[in-house]
Amino acid sequence: MTIPFYVAPEQLVRDKAEFARKGIARGRSIVAVDYSGGVLLLGENPSTALHKISEVYDRIAFAGVGKYNEFETLRKAGIRQADLMGYLYSRDDVTAMGLATAFAQTLGMIFTRDPKPFEVEVLIAEISEDGDEHRLFRISYDGTLYDERNFVAIGGKAEQLTEVLEELWHEGMSLEEAFAAGVESFRRVDDRESEGWEAAVLDDANGRRAFRRLDVEQFTEV
Amino acid sequence: MGPLPLDVPVPGASFSDLLEIVGASPNFSVPEGATTPSAPEGTTVLALHYPDGVVIAGDRRATEGNLVAHRRIRKVFKADHYSAIAIAGTAGLAIDMVKLFQVELEHYEKIEGIRLSLEGKASFLARLVRGQLPLAFQGLVVVPLFAGYDERLEIGRVYSFDIVGGRYEEIDFGSTGSGSRLARSYLRTAYEDDLTGDDAAQLAVQALVSASQEDTATGGPDLRRGIFPNVVRIDSDGVEELSDDVIAPIAESALETIR
Repeated sequence: MTIPFYVAPEQLVRDKAEFARKGIARGRSIVAVDYSGGVLLLGENPSTALHKISEVYDRIAFAGVGKYNEFETLRKAGIRQADLMGYLYSRDDVTAMGLATAFAQTLGMIFTRDPKPFEVEVLIAEISEDGDEHRLFRISYDGTLYDERNFVAIGGKAEQLTEVLEELWHEGMSLEEAFAAGVESFRRVDDRESEGWEAAVLDDANGRRAFRRLDVEQFTEV
Repeated sequence: MGPLPLDVPVPGASFSDLLEIVGASPNFSVPEGATTPSAPEGTTVLALHYPDGVVIAGDRRATEGNLVAHRRIRKVFKADHYSAIAIAGTAGLAIDMVKLFQVELEHYEKIEGIRLSLEGKASFLARLVRGQLPLAFQGLVVVPLFAGYDERLEIGRVYSFDIVGGRYEEIDFGSTGSGSRLARSYLRTAYEDDLTGDDAAQLAVQALVSASQEDTATGGPDLRRGIFPNVVRIDSDGVEELSDDVIAPIAESALETIR
């Protein structure tokens, strides 16, 4: 008689978590930094074609780290969900809170149900109608949802980046200052020059669709 | 909000296909032999080229039979950064079509990371019009007019449609709705190849005013209530809606010169 193969749930969850963390740690991190009038999203990305940061809805942006195809699947699903809600009800009914919960639910379900968890971490940023209030959500590979303030980092080096930003961030930063702080945090943590930046903002000045990609060269020269 | 629609078998980046899959598609059928309900209808809209772009404009009246249903209805809408759509026909259906069209363009842009070509947008709009065909047999007709700036060819382009979803590119100007023939006749005599953007906007308003003199379903400028045509200009900088402050003097002088 064969003995049925048994793995304790604690062991299973630990193994999955370790697997996901390792996968995420291989990729590069992304930070989001509040400035007066908007939110800056910044990450190291040598590719100019494959984006990690993108627009989800009028005042909501998405950023993902880890396995590209996995966070790309999530990104598209998020856009579909947001556009459906906005079309069926009103554009005002699409909120970062709602989307972040949906992302958390989905990632949580995949983590427990599927043999292989998603090796991703997701960031949702939102600016309010008047641009004054900013919301930042971080969702980890197992669906845990974090509500963050002022700045947030996702990816393998998130903790170190957060520590540096803690020191550099202050209320009422300009976009240029926020960009410089972001770049500086990566420089200190990685201890090397970047191979290229991907940056975008949610800025009140952009009108209904607040999302805009930044011409990074213009900033790095400053 | 529930979990994300992760496993939706959506072909590509189409929002209207997604709507169909989740069962929220706006298409519906009318039972055979049903009598056509009376619903407000939008009337005259037009679009014309000028060397740097296009102007698209519409009057503000919606009619129901021989009555005025709405005085301030909007029939010209920004579709995305480089295009605008104007509608004639059953207003309720047309406005819904515009909403779907706007979301479709933005959805595609976000999913794919790039805007549809102008040709692609016009072609998709033709598909929406064709989707209305069963309703057209019931007398609920929607005929849009589409104008935009082609980012690749760097020119303005105008497309008109028919009720079966036929799409026709216009080389000088296009018009649809009850007063469209009158507006076109006016444009045919007044149109020139070397118009500026301001000239084109002025001509659009004059043509609408001219149509309103002969067609009761077309609303002329209403000076007392402050109702003026909607005029949208599209060039390499994108879509710009001209404010009433700009349109009012043009409309007033157009009224003065008319016989």
